[in-house]
Amino acid sequence: MTESALGQSGTHGRRVMRSSLALARGLGAAHSGVTHWWVQRLTAVALVPLSLWFIVAMLHLLGTGQPEVVRWAHHPINVVLLLCLILASFQHMQLGLQVIIEDYVHNKLTQLATLLVMKAITLLLALSAIIAALKLAFSR
Amino acid sequence: MDDIREALMLGRQSDGKPVRRPLSPHLQVYRPQITSVLSIMHRFSGMALAAGTLLLVAWLVAAASSPAAFARVQGFIASPIGWLLLFGWTAALYFHLLNGIRHLAWDLGCGFEKPEYHRSGWMVVIATAVLTVLTWIIGLAIW
Repeated sequence: MTESALGQSGTHGRRVMRSSLALARGLGAAHSGVTHWWVQRLTAVALVPLSLWFIVAMLHLLGTGQPEVVRWAHHPINVVLLLCLILASFQHMQLGLQVIIEDYVHNKLTQLATLLVMKAITLLLALSAIIAALKLAFSR
Repeated sequence: MDDIREALMLGRQSDGKPVRRPLSPHLQVYRPQITSVLSIMHRFSGMALAAGTLLLVAWLVAAASSPAAFARVQGFIASPIGWLLLFGWTAALYFHLLNGIRHLAWDLGCGFEKPEYHRSGWMVVIATAVLTVLTWIIGLAIW
């Protein structure tokens, strides 16, 4: 009797139709992709409360000046939540845009180039936002 | 290196001239439904929000910089085009958020029956409109 990597015993007691080698390798036809799907859902769940908090925070800072924003950023909880929002948003955004590009750009080279440019821009934006948030947090 | 499926589209006219075989009309004739419309709106709102992150980052960076830079960004936000963009992004955020929750429910296996997804679809649309207007009423009152 063979024990599969998923802990189900026996060749006929399996819940998935896979050979032992396939189960050992653990990859489907596309070889990857579930991570993308899972991280997209993970960031989505995180973004539900974070987005609502962000809207409330923005309403709170509406019409005030820069000193107010700096004072707001001096509360650690605000910076922490802001950083969580930035990380979750840009990760979620990047994964979503990836799917869109893969859907509409078919030329392999153009697709790869577009994906890389998109990810690079996203990374730059995310880092800019993080640095700015930290700058605000640690400013006098 | 383009799409290999183009090879399936090779045809010839009766005079021998090679042509791309025609496709049946789909988007031109299929009636828009709550399912398809909300699906593409989810993608559009996502793209709009992605564009919106540019303003978000600009605002954050300006807030962390000189008062002059911050005043410039605030000035843009307070301009007519700024208000239009902000309104659009509020609606896009609420829609994407609510329809996203609808998607997450599907991921859990719930809400796939026709009456269910019709109901949830319309709830998303109505809630988006209500929340957007509510947020703006509150915002204008504060401002």
